[in-house]
Amino acid sequence: MQKLLLLGAEAIAQGAIDGGMSGVYAYPGTPSTEITEYVQQYDLAKERNIHSQWSANEKTAMESGLGMSYAGKRAMVCMKHVGLNVAADAFINSAITGSNGGLLVTVADDPSMHSSQNEQDSRYYGKFAQIPILEPASQQEAYDMAYFGFQLSEKFNIPVMIRFTTRLAHSRAGVERKPLLDQNELVLPSNPTQFVLLPAIARKQYKGLLNSFAGFIEDSEESTFNHYYEGTDKKLGIIACGLAYNYLMENYTETELAHPVLKIGQYPMPRSKVEKLMEECDEVLILEDGYPIIEELLKGYLAKEKVHGRLDGSLPRDGELDPNLIAKALKLASEDEVTEIPQDVKDIIANRPPAMCVGCGHIDAYNALNEALSDYGLGRVFSDIGCYTLGALPPYNAINSCVDMGASITMAKGAADAGLVPAVSVIGDSTFTHSGMTGLIDAVNESSPITVMISDNFTTGMTGGQDSAALGKIEDICKGIGVDPEHIIVFTPLKKNHDQMVEIMKKELAYDGVSVIIPRRQCIQTTKNVALNERIRELNLR
Amino acid sequence: MKTDIILAGVGGQGILSIAATIGMGALANNLHLKQAEVHGMSQRGGAVQSHFRLSSDPIASDLIPRGGCDIVLSVEPMESLRYIDFLKKDGWIITNSTPFVNIPNYPDVDEVIAKIKERKNVIILDADKIAKEIGSPRSSNIVALGAATPFIDIPFESFEEAIKLIFKKKGEKIINANIEALRAGRAVADAR
Ligand SMILES: Cc1ncc(C[n+]2csc(CCOP(=O)(O)OP(=O)(O)O)c2C)c(N)n1
Ligand code: SF4
Repeated sequence: MQKLLLLGAEAIAQGAIDGGMSGVYAYPGTPSTEITEYVQQYDLAKERNIHSQWSANEKTAMESGLGMSYAGKRAMVCMKHVGLNVAADAFINSAITGSNGGLLVTVADDPSMHSSQNEQDSRYYGKFAQIPILEPASQQEAYDMAYFGFQLSEKFNIPVMIRFTTRLAHSRAGVERKPLLDQNELVLPSNPTQFVLLPAIARKQYKGLLNSFAGFIEDSEESTFNHYYEGTDKKLGIIACGLAYNYLMENYTETELAHPVLKIGQYPMPRSKVEKLMEECDEVLILEDGYPIIEELLKGYLAKEKVHGRLDGSLPRDGELDPNLIAKALKLASEDEVTEIPQDVKDIIANRPPAMCVGCGHIDAYNALNEALSDYGLGRVFSDIGCYTLGALPPYNAINSCVDMGASITMAKGAADAGLVPAVSVIGDSTFTHSGMTGLIDAVNESSPITVMISDNFTTGMTGGQDSAALGKIEDICKGIGVDPEHIIVFTPLKKNHDQMVEIMKKELAYDGVSVIIPRRQCIQTTKNVALNERIRELNLR
Repeated sequence: MKTDIILAGVGGQGILSIAATIGMGALANNLHLKQAEVHGMSQRGGAVQSHFRLSSDPIASDLIPRGGCDIVLSVEPMESLRYIDFLKKDGWIITNSTPFVNIPNYPDVDEVIAKIKERKNVIILDADKIAKEIGSPRSSNIVALGAATPFIDIPFESFEEAIKLIFKKKGEKIINANIEALRAGRAVADAR
């Protein structure tokens, strides 16, 4: 069969479809977005009636996936690493309920923070939940792990995590498909109380999870994703997890790698293989494209000197790995090639940070907001995550925070409670329905003196223009939550409306209660999106 | 055979079309390939790059090792310099000379070009101008690719076939414009 040229993210989608998936549940987030988009655009997925519509946030996605699994079908939940923080309650408890139909939780980490606010390592969450984790080293493994992951999940009735990183998610290579499997029939769990986590039942379920753990290890021992490569030079042994294995091998394309290597693709760690490596080698180098989680496990509290990696400086403590860093850790780096940019060249290369598109409505809204706030002094604008976060950069310098999705409204409320009045929140439409609206209830219940600006562009802009769950609903949601309709004001952010916007903002900033102002104009990157344009017309939003 | 290429430019300049074209050409010739792209935040007008690896043998890393890159192919002059720590000493820089100025502190273009010329193997072409001359101003990325084709171990016809496939949905006119762009770029390299 001809290989498909796929991004790592797409390979996971293809593997899951071929492996008999009935639904993918996700909220967009770089670098995980392409998994769901692939399913949405794939004819075979439509033919097979595979669910692929976006969820409002990662928690609702996780719970819907669990519901599909409850009903006996195979489901995959996808998110970026910080999305798992949002879904954590459902995720951790899904390990206690266990699954019925195969359940994959696919999480894309972002070491070096290419598009994120941190570089947390989702393997900690997998370990915390005490479930098996798969970590692909290549696009083919990404495919295979999604394909076989459902079977692993069904073998133990447990959700399985697939953890991968930006580099693999957004890198393309040839992938070979496996035979297309049927979807599961609808079958209820054989134990009717499996999903009822009342303490008495939860205690039993939890013991069951603990008892399964030996089985997880055994499965890891036999897994083809874990491999022990024998070596003759036992002064050093190497454990390479996921993508780090490729970076290691890149250094041995011309010479032979003589050290024993344990390649890890499935956790919990295959204990006997680890023991063998630790026993037969004088020292061990651990390569992980993330936090030093295995290194810490093996080094232990007493910091055994034999174990090297990110904790003892052999590798940098943070950031993404690459072939050069590993060459350095192995003392292979050769000096004959230039590997630094000469200073005189560095001096003329200007930084080119991302910026809001010319003509974006957020820009007009910020220009008005900056002017409206000039009477009050700086430091009172709490913002959120989206394209509008770029308003933190010059020339706008318009916002003072960006922490996690939804935090703008609640942080503004807390600051107002502390006496910072008025406090302003700036949030996007998609972020508002993701997790802004719950915070708005807190503010309404206490009539907090905050002004919430929901910059509505009809889409999830930052991640590439996915559907926004908020489309056409924002005013009704705010009214339903209890915001006084007189203080819900919509306007069009355009240069020609600048004075009008400033006036509205000044008035609402002076109001002693919750007001919601909604600059509303379509994201200019979506103007060719036919389906969206149709919806906008139907809903009369223009 | 092995060719490692860094594609450089600014978000929205069509680097991914270049990558897709080389990718198709590589597949047609049964070569192994890995191509790491940048998606997300930086696509909003930020600096973007793609690591493109081609080989007759299986490829290990998705990232090109620093100091091991054969070609930096850039659709913008300053961006070509951003990755020269990856380039081998005798590696090639092939770059468009028209700057993409979306920042207030863009350096003096002549100085940038002078720095590029300090390297041993360089092709600098005004891909924007060439694309305009052939009546296809949006194909300057493919002009730049054309100038790099002599250094990539894929027959020239395969690039043309790849363009036909990639722009299939956009119709005959766009396909022909891009093929012409590819040939115009190639001609610059050949006339060297
Ligand atoms: C918990 C979490 N999930 C997903 C993301 C990825 N993400 C960052 S911005 C964004 C979209 C925000 O859309 P919106 O609020 O409508 O603003 P816009 O980008 O359209 O201006 C998403 C999904 C994230 N940072 N955190
Ligand atoms: S993608 Fe849309 S929302 Fe984001 S900066 Fe561009 S126009 Fe604005």
